[in-house]
Amino acid sequence: MTPLSGYLLVAALLFSIGLAGALTRRNAILVLIGIELMLNAANLNLIAFWRYGPHPEALTGMIFAIFSIAVAAAEAAVGLGLVIQIHRHAHTTDLDAINRMKG
Amino acid sequence: MSWAFYLIAGLTVAGGLAAVLLKNTVHCALALTVAFAGLALFFLQLDAQFAGFAQILVYIGAVAILVVFAILLTRGSETPKDGVFSKNWFAGLAIAAGVFAVLGWAVLQSASVLPRETAAPTVTVLQIGNALMGRYVLPLEIVALLLTAAMIGAVIVAMHEKEGSK
Repeated sequence: MTPLSGYLLVAALLFSIGLAGALTRRNAILVLIGIELMLNAANLNLIAFWRYGPHPEALTGMIFAIFSIAVAAAEAAVGLGLVIQIHRHAHTTDLDAINRMKG
Repeated sequence: MSWAFYLIAGLTVAGGLAAVLLKNTVHCALALTVAFAGLALFFLQLDAQFAGFAQILVYIGAVAILVVFAILLTRGSETPKDGVFSKNWFAGLAIAAGVFAVLGWAVLQSASVLPRETAAPTVTVLQIGNALMGRYVLPLEIVALLLTAAMIGAVIVAMHEKEGSK
């Protein structure tokens, strides 16, 4: 097994764990945690391909991962703001109980 | 494959598993921090020092704290009496297992064509700064705009509405 496939396997496992968390948990914040894990697994792939790719001096993969980290931070801020507002409105963060968009 | 790789991989996967499996939401957030730290160690091991320290600053420093704040503000740490997993948890688990099977199969099948060990690249912060200010200056500006818009949007969304006023 090459080192790159080891990193790719860990990233795939982490992505699947995040996907399972996002699909099975009831709490909206835990769903966001699952999405963060999936984003991080993708970042690990980007960095691993950058490191073992043919032109690491071009910095493409690492710059992409840095932008991805910035976008993920914005996503987390907006997502958690939405969760707080939904909790204030519906008095729950249970996604099975929030089943309509009308206020 | 060095022992450090297996150690960090075990730490990261254990943190990720604990983050989605634990009952108490605060414990989930702390396990998530462990997973983020493991990923930062991976980045450092892959000679991406700048990305590794950005991961520590942004994820452990900001996102994890934000998650803990959201949990405490929504009183999400109280375990609901009908379990923490949704009604269709089995379908979600099956989808995730299927995705992992496909991804793992693809990685193992393509192992022979993946690039082998290469010499470690030397990347200085000066190079990254030059790249960000030269070739990637437009994406940098767009990310700056996105962050500003996200911050204003998050504040407006979470702002407290006064009773009776719209």
